[in-house]
Amino acid sequence: MIRFDKVSKHYPDGTVAVDSLDLVAPSGQITVFVGPSGCGKTTSLRMINRMIEPTSGKIWLDDKDTSTIPTHELRRQIGYVIQHAGLFPHRTILDNIATVPLLLGWDRKKARARSRELLERVGLPGHFADRYPAQLSGGQQQRVGVARALAADPPVMLMDEPFSAVDPIARDQLQEEFLRLQNELGKTIVFVTHDIDEAIKLGDQVAVLRVGGRLAQLATPGQLLSEPADAFVAAFVGRDRGYRALGFTPAGKLAIRDEATIAMGSALAGAESADGWLLAVDDQGAPQGWLRLAEVDRAKSVTEDLLHRGGTVADQDGSLRSYLDACLSSPSGRGVIVDGTGRLAGTVTAAEVLAVIEQRSAAQPAEQQQAVGQQAVGQPVVEQPVGGSQ
Amino acid sequence: MIQYFRDNQDQVLNWLAWHAWLSALPLVLGLLIALPLGWLARRYRWLYPPLVTVAGLLYTIPSLALFILLPGLLKTRILDPNNVVVALTIYTVALLVRVVADALGAVPNEVLQAATAMGYRRIGRLLKVELPIAVPVIAAGLRVAAVSNVSLVSVAALIGVPELGQLFTNGFQLSYQAPILLGILLSVLLALLFDTVIQLAARVLTPWRRAVAR
Repeated sequence: MIRFDKVSKHYPDGTVAVDSLDLVAPSGQITVFVGPSGCGKTTSLRMINRMIEPTSGKIWLDDKDTSTIPTHELRRQIGYVIQHAGLFPHRTILDNIATVPLLLGWDRKKARARSRELLERVGLPGHFADRYPAQLSGGQQQRVGVARALAADPPVMLMDEPFSAVDPIARDQLQEEFLRLQNELGKTIVFVTHDIDEAIKLGDQVAVLRVGGRLAQLATPGQLLSEPADAFVAAFVGRDRGYRALGFTPAGKLAIRDEATIAMGSALAGAESADGWLLAVDDQGAPQGWLRLAEVDRAKSVTEDLLHRGGTVADQDGSLRSYLDACLSSPSGRGVIVDGTGRLAGTVTAAEVLAVIEQRSAAQPAEQQQAVGQQAVGQPVVEQPVGGSQ
Repeated sequence: MIQYFRDNQDQVLNWLAWHAWLSALPLVLGLLIALPLGWLARRYRWLYPPLVTVAGLLYTIPSLALFILLPGLLKTRILDPNNVVVALTIYTVALLVRVVADALGAVPNEVLQAATAMGYRRIGRLLKVELPIAVPVIAAGLRVAAVSNVSLVSVAALIGVPELGQLFTNGFQLSYQAPILLGILLSVLLALLFDTVIQLAARVLTPWRRAVAR
């Protein structure tokens, strides 16, 4: 657990980077600091490992006041990942990863073995071990950066916009793998980003900071979308809030209906459907696409090229957002729902999903709070709006 | 010229050895002094302008003047080769302070940040991260200083120090071209040798640059 206790950072020229920040980053969770530039998010992060010293206030690491620990010792127990990775260009990938273990005095053999294990863990091939950073792509370098931060198995990780310098596709992949890794490792992570979508995707809790270094709201991603504390947070969280918030609400009890299907490769003669659309499935029962009976030659059988594949598929345990998207994107207007193994579970219509959403709205706000709470652990605190300090 | 060399082989080789020693030793000493000075100029930004300016001015002091002034300042004999070593060390420092400061300054900021955040202390970071990355730039500066030293040493012949410059004074006094040409040839060869040695050393110290070039 990391606890900020009335932490402020003022510069001699009068700039206030962070203003009396009170906040807890719970153990084993991802806390995201997000906000526009100049909001003090990076400063706050760097005060944790004392790259920047607070002007006043204390930061606690579990039950220890960080200002009482020698800086180099403190930093060796905190993993650190930055934008552009900051790898050492003169060292091989393996030696880069082994940096902190060697600083901690591990023997070389153990440090190298550990580094190899981490290389694999972050999804890089073993033969990268002897390469140099400049021989890797930006995304690959950032994976090495994560491996290096994890090398000595620190309980705490600080991540400063680690994925913002890589291309969108690599970023998406890195984010997914980061979440998977965190599922296995359960580190206490503080993550800084200026990208609200990234914050919402990755955070167990999100701290929105405003210019001048004041906490505008600390909440779960779902709460942030459905109940922004003030106009600043609402504007910062941005458009499509209602739709995005559905991503944090499990569809749960929504009834799904059976759908008539046709197997791939079977004859089209005699195939029927009430509205002219028929869902094709493979021999495992996984949906493949929709067939429009009016436009196919009834003498043929079901082949790939006859299918309309525009629709997204929602997982049965998915959110209302994925259900609704499945409906809206489906050529037949019926959203395809699959079970955990990818087999067809049934379909729903947009009207049915909207009915559930409307029921929830009618039962506001208690039920909504509860629905959001299922996603988040811990006790998020909503700060009172702070007015006119800019 | 070859005939001249054969006739004076022992003498010329002796001068060559002295010449090599008198230009190489200041190179090493100068580097050892320039490294901490360059680091200081980086560490304390306000020191950079005065240090670099003073270093530049030092280099403009005529070498002959320095060779003559130093014995008085150092209480050495005028013919003591140490005068030459001290003078050339000053020139080497003058050339390298800026090079070292700029080389350290060219280490990417995120690399420094990462090193500090990993828990390197100041000296460890300098020796294990900053200097290794600065090697190519420092080596380039060292090559310039090496060539400059080989050329400057010959001036010391005027105050009687034994080195290849003696070939020029002899040739001048005898109005005889052979020793002068020989002196130029040997100086160039010596400079080439130093240059090659520095380049090879830099190559060995920076395997990461070659890997990237592949």
